[in-house]
Amino acid sequence: MARRSEAVVVLGRAVRTPRGATGLVIAGCVILVAVIGPAVAPYSSTEFVTAPFARASRAAWLGGDVLGRDVLTRTLNGGWELLAMAAVATALGVGVGAMIGVIAAYYGGWWDNVIMRAVDVILAFPQLVFALLLVSILGPKIWLIVLAVAISHAPQVARVSRAAALDVSERDFVKAMQILGIPGRRIIRRDVLPNLTSVLMVEIGLRLTYSMLIIAGLSFLGFGLQPPTASWGLMINENRVGLIANPWGVLMPAILIAMFTIGVNTFTDAVAHASLGVGRRSTEPDPLVGLVAEGATT
Amino acid sequence: MTAPSEDIPVTAEASVAAPAPGGTPRLAVENLRIIMRPSRHQPEVDVVDEVSFTVQPGYVLGLVGESGSGKTTVALALLGLVKRGLAIGGGKVLIDGRDILALSEHELQKLRGKTVAYVPQDPSSALNPVLKVGTQLREVFAVHGGDEGRLTEVMAEAGLEDPGPILAAYPHQLSGGQQQRVALAMAFACRPRLIVLDEPTTGLDVTTQRRVLDTVRGLCRTYEVAAVYISHDLAVVAEIADQVAVLYAGRLIEIGPAREVFATPSHPYTRGLMRAVPVLESTYELHGLAGSPPRPGSRPPGCFFQPRCEFAVAECELRQPDLITVSGTGHAARCVRAAEITALSATLALASERSAPSAEEPVLTITGVSVSYTNKPVLRDVNLVVGAKQSVAIVGTSGSGKTTLARCVVGLHKDWTGTITFAGAELPPGVRGRTQDQLRRIQFVSQNPYSSLNPRHTIGQIVGAPLAHFHKLGGREHRQRIEDALTSVALRASFAARYPDELSGGERQRVALARALVLDPDLLVCDEVTSALDVSVQAAIVELLLRLQAERGLALLFITHNLPLVRSIADDVTVISAGQICERGPVTQVLTEPSHDYTRQLLADVPAFGTDDPLTG
Repeated sequence: MARRSEAVVVLGRAVRTPRGATGLVIAGCVILVAVIGPAVAPYSSTEFVTAPFARASRAAWLGGDVLGRDVLTRTLNGGWELLAMAAVATALGVGVGAMIGVIAAYYGGWWDNVIMRAVDVILAFPQLVFALLLVSILGPKIWLIVLAVAISHAPQVARVSRAAALDVSERDFVKAMQILGIPGRRIIRRDVLPNLTSVLMVEIGLRLTYSMLIIAGLSFLGFGLQPPTASWGLMINENRVGLIANPWGVLMPAILIAMFTIGVNTFTDAVAHASLGVGRRSTEPDPLVGLVAEGATT
Repeated sequence: MTAPSEDIPVTAEASVAAPAPGGTPRLAVENLRIIMRPSRHQPEVDVVDEVSFTVQPGYVLGLVGESGSGKTTVALALLGLVKRGLAIGGGKVLIDGRDILALSEHELQKLRGKTVAYVPQDPSSALNPVLKVGTQLREVFAVHGGDEGRLTEVMAEAGLEDPGPILAAYPHQLSGGQQQRVALAMAFACRPRLIVLDEPTTGLDVTTQRRVLDTVRGLCRTYEVAAVYISHDLAVVAEIADQVAVLYAGRLIEIGPAREVFATPSHPYTRGLMRAVPVLESTYELHGLAGSPPRPGSRPPGCFFQPRCEFAVAECELRQPDLITVSGTGHAARCVRAAEITALSATLALASERSAPSAEEPVLTITGVSVSYTNKPVLRDVNLVVGAKQSVAIVGTSGSGKTTLARCVVGLHKDWTGTITFAGAELPPGVRGRTQDQLRRIQFVSQNPYSSLNPRHTIGQIVGAPLAHFHKLGGREHRQRIEDALTSVALRASFAARYPDELSGGERQRVALARALVLDPDLLVCDEVTSALDVSVQAAIVELLLRLQAERGLALLFITHNLPLVRSIADDVTVISAGQICERGPVTQVLTEPSHDYTRQLLADVPAFGTDDPLTG
C-alpha cells in the first residue's frame, strides 16, 4: 500500500480548512501578480510615461511614480525578485538551521554546547540589525542580502528543530538503530529528519514571511535592490514623498507585501493545526483516537 | 486478605428485579449506554451498552477489561463525565437512589469530590507540580466545607503516618507510593459515598501496590464506602474486589463474586484471560487470545466475542446473548454456553517444568560490572552468566538498575566498569568499539512497542533496516528474509507494506522481535517486552518467545518486574535490588525456596488469586 508522505497529508488537510484555503488564496494572488506580472506589464519599468506623481489615468491606471514611470508596471515587475530572494533565503536558513539543530540534539554533549552557544551569540542580534550590519560592511549585493537573511534565520530555526529532534532522538526506534552500529548521519537522515516534517513546514511558512519583510525592509532602507530596478520595498521609499499626490505608488506595494505576509501566516497556522495528530491514527475519525490511546499506557 | 463471605450482595442484570439484601445499593448502574458519533453524517455507534451492576456500601467491585474495552469510559460516567466525542446515550447511574446523569453541571460539581471521589491512574500527573501537597489537600476541605483539623487524621488513614514533611513537600519530592497515598487521602477526605479508582497501582512496584490495596480495602470497609476498582490486572482485582465485572467491547460479559468468577469463569473470554495470566505457584502453559477486540462501529453481528471464541456455535452469530445466571450467588455470563463452560474451567494443562539445559558454555558473562550516575551508584559489582540456549531472567522493582544492565550489554550505555564477555571475547563498552559480528549477534527488544518503531517507515523498511546494514543482499533475497522474519513471529508477509500506526500493541511488539531476529542473533536481550501489553497479548508474546528460543537455540536475557511471568519463561533467575544482586538460581528454587529476605518480600507481595489455586481448583 503506497502512502502519501506526511507533508502531502498535512498540506492537503490544511488546504481543506477554511483558514488554510483563505490563506492560500491570499498568498496565491500575490505570487500570481509577482510571477506573471512582468509578462503582462503595459510598459517598461524604466519608461517615463507620465508626469511625476500623476494621478491615475487611462494611460497609467495607477498613475505615475516619483520620476513619472508607470506605477502599475513597476508594481507588476517589482515582486518576483523579492519573492525569489525570500524563498531562497528561507530555504537556506531553514535548511542550515535544521541541520545545526538536529546535529546538536542528536550528538548532544560537547557538540550541543558549542553549537548552541554559538547560536545564542547570533540570536543576540535583532534580525534586521544583523542583516544591516553585514550589508553595510560588504555592500548591497543580492547574494549577500539573501545570505544575511538566511544566517539571521538559522539560529532560530536551530532552536526549534533542536527541541523537536531531542524528543525524537530519545525514542526507542532511534536506539534500535544505534545498537546496530549504524552511523549517526544515516540515522539522522532516515529516522530523525522525517519525523520533523510538520515542525519544519511550520517553520518554513513563518520564516518566509519574515524573509519577505526583512528584504523589503532592507530595500526600503536603501540596502536592497538598487534603483532603477523596480522592487516593492524600494517603491515605498521612492514614492512616499508623493503619498498625497498619488498614493498608489506607496499603497500598491504595501498592500501586496501585507497580503503575502497575512496569507502565508494564515496558511501556516492551518498547517500547524493540521499537523496535530498526524502520524498517529490519521485514518481514524477523531473521537476514536482517545479510545485507542486509552489502552496504550496500561 | 480475608476471603469475601458467601452472601455477597451482587446483582447482575438478570436479578435486578429482586433487590439485594441490605436495602438500596450505594451504587446502581442501570443499562448504561454511551455513544459516539464519528461525524455529523454517520450514524451513532455505541461504545458502551447494556452495562448494569450494583455495589453495596463497604464493598469493592472490580471492573476488568483489556485496552479499548470501555472500562475507563464507564468509570468516568460514574462521575457524570464523558470523554470528548462521546455522549451518554441512556441508562441511569444511581448513587443512593439519586440519578446523577440527570443532574445539572453545577450539581455534579458539588457532587464530585464530596459524594463521588476519583483516584487517577498516574498520581504524578494528577497532582499539581507547583503547589505543595498541603495546599492541595486543604483545597479539598475548602471546596467541600470539611473540617481542616481532620487533615492529619485523613493522612494517617491513607497510611501517611508522619504528615508534616509530606504536607510541606512538592509532589515530585515524594515517591510514587506516597503520591498515590496523597491521592487516596484527597479522595477519602470528605468521606465520599462512592470512590472510583482507575488503575491506581499500575505504576507502582508490588510491595507498594500491596500496601495501597490494603489501605483502599480498609478504608472502604471502615467508612462503608462503595468502591469501583478498574484494572486490567486480574490478580490485583482478585486481591481487592468482592465482586468482579468483566467488560468486553463495551458490554458486561460476566459478573459475579470475584472468587467464583476467577475459580470457575463462565464466559469463554474470562476463561481465555485466566489462561493468559502467569501464576507464581506453578508453571502453566500460557495461552494468548488470538485476534483483537472489535472497535466501536465495527463490531460483529451476534455475540461480540464470537469471532475469537473457541466455543462458538451457529447461534452465536445470530444474536447478542443475554446475561445468563449460572449460580445463586449472582454469577452471570453473557454466553449461551455459560453452564457448559463453568463446568469446564478446571481443566487447564500444567506445563512441564522448564528443565534448565545442561551447563553449556556461557555465551554471555558479566563480571564485576558497576555503573554510577553522578557519583550515585546504579549497579554495584554485578556478576551474571547466560549459557548458550539458556533463558535468564533479571527481576527487580523500578530503579533497581535492571534496565541499565541491559543497556550496558547492548552497548547503549558505555560508562561502566568491569568486564562483559560475549562468545569468548571481551565486549568494548559502547557500540562504536564493537565488531560487526558482535553487534549482529546481540539483539535488543525494548519495552515500549509504541516508541520502538519509526512511524514514518513501513514494517518492511523497519525489519529490513538491520538487514541492509549488515548484509548487502539483492532485492529478492532481502525481501525473502523480511518475509521469513515476519512469518517466524506469526505475522503475515503482507504486513511488510503497512505502517506501525495500523498495528495493535501486540503486533508492534512482534515487529520489534522480527527486527531483532532477522539478523539471526545468538543473544536476545528483552527489556520488559510485555509490560506495555494486555495480559492476553503478553501470553501470546511469551508463547512466541519460548517457541523461537526452542527453534533457534537463542540465549535469552529477559528483564522484568513480573515475578509470575518469570516462571513461564526463564530457566535461571537473578533478583536485583538497588543495583546489587540479592539472589540467583534456578527459577523453581528461587520462587519456591527464596533464600534472601528481599526475594521473600517480593514473593509475598505478588497479588494472587486467593489461597487455594483457582486454576486447579
